[in-house]
Amino acid sequence: MPYDPGPDVVEVVRAPKGGALRGTYRAFGETLRGMKTTAARWAEGTHTYQYPEEKTPVYPRFRGRHKLHRFEDTGLEKCVGCSLCAAACPADCIRVVADENTPENRVSAGERYAAVYEINLSRCIFCGYCEVACPFDAITMGHDYELSDYNRSDLIFTKEMLLAEPLERTPLRAAGE
Amino acid sequence: MTVFAEVGYYEAWWIQLLKAVAIFAVVFQLVPVVLLAERKLLGRFQHRYGPNRVGPYGALQPMADIGKLLFKQDFRPAGSVGWMFALAPVISMFTACATLALVPFSDTVDIFGTQVGLYGIDPSIGILYAFAFGGLAFYGLMLGGWASGSKYSFLGSMRAAAQLISYEIAQGLALVGVVMMAGSLSLTEIVEAQSGPDNLWYCIPQFVGFIIFLVAGFAETNRPPFDLPEADAELVQGYITEFGGGRFAAFFAAEYLNIIVVSALTTTLFLGGWNVPFVDPPTWVDPIVVLVKTLALVFLFIWIRATLPRLRYDQLMSFGWKVFLPLATVNALVTAILVVVW
Repeated sequence: MPYDPGPDVVEVVRAPKGGALRGTYRAFGETLRGMKTTAARWAEGTHTYQYPEEKTPVYPRFRGRHKLHRFEDTGLEKCVGCSLCAAACPADCIRVVADENTPENRVSAGERYAAVYEINLSRCIFCGYCEVACPFDAITMGHDYELSDYNRSDLIFTKEMLLAEPLERTPLRAAGE
Repeated sequence: MTVFAEVGYYEAWWIQLLKAVAIFAVVFQLVPVVLLAERKLLGRFQHRYGPNRVGPYGALQPMADIGKLLFKQDFRPAGSVGWMFALAPVISMFTACATLALVPFSDTVDIFGTQVGLYGIDPSIGILYAFAFGGLAFYGLMLGGWASGSKYSFLGSMRAAAQLISYEIAQGLALVGVVMMAGSLSLTEIVEAQSGPDNLWYCIPQFVGFIIFLVAGFAETNRPPFDLPEADAELVQGYITEFGGGRFAAFFAAEYLNIIVVSALTTTLFLGGWNVPFVDPPTWVDPIVVLVKTLALVFLFIWIRATLPRLRYDQLMSFGWKVFLPLATVNALVTAILVVVW
């Protein structure tokens, strides 16, 4: 019994229908229709962001450059140097060296603090696993996406750079936008 | 000696020299304007702004492009044929400029007591002169592609040859109707035949010829949807693949000059040249009218480019030979019968 494909099979039109004259007439009409379409696009106006002056707004959950956080009341760092973010990082771009807090030198709220905290942003894939892994919400993904530099070593962000109040260079997308 | 063509009106040699410089200067200045207009309009058709960084509203963009091209290294591939490679852009440029001489901007006018025809030359063979130089323009493309010693360039030039030959026939036949109605090959007389209240512009009685001439004009200038010789997606610019720097600039300028020339010829032949319907403007308006009509047609070229995708090669060929050629022939025959009967 031959295979019956049923009603799903649609015949493919391989050539324009009709004779040459009808085809020409239709091509002419279709050209006019196409021109109407493009002219309508023109009438719609531009949808361009004038980039360097006007930044593309990002969504609130956009994963841009990382930020490290401090407690707002005490000013102590949230990071306790547990290296869970470094362990979670698939690109292996985070380096944490922990040190003990002492009463004279109290940096974080916990027992230990991150003496060195570096993120190599030329390796980072912006997956956000560090943010998920962090037990104290000390590292979050910010909104900054303008991350170009003139050499690679400048893309290794140190703790001070990550802690610093970021230049709010990226506009947030308004609700419904 | 056999005289192949006569020239309707002779001026003193210095007037002819001045005219040549003036026409070339004016129309050649349109090239950067059209270049910028194309990029900005294509942008608008695609929800973009187009170039708007260099100068006010991006007005200096063509200058920046030209500067970039002229300061580039004049590279020549090892497998190319030197003198042909150097000659090809020159031929393209030369034929494009030579056709300019034909475009009438006005009839003979009186400037400071001297009778001057506002056109480069008005030979009795008229439009045939344009076709002669159109035929020569093949060599620019053919030699360019062939001399490059590259497969893509060769394919592009082969396509160019086939396409230009097929469409030039249809274009020539489309004009036969106009020539018969006007009873002359001279462009100024064709324009005169379209003036006055009793005469329509030929785009109305010769509508079919107008469409054929325009579409064949798209093909002749290698504009989308007939840009198969260039076909940036498949042939990486075809015959100009190996050209860079000033030579590429010459090809590029010649292409845009061709667009302007074809638009100007269409204006002359079908859109009544310097005539304006219902009013009789003073003579000094005439060149402006011609330029405005020409630029309107250039806008149409750009609009079509923004609208239509490139044809497949076999479709292009069957369109040219199976549709346009018979249509143009029938148009010429019907016009001939009507001209005799009327």
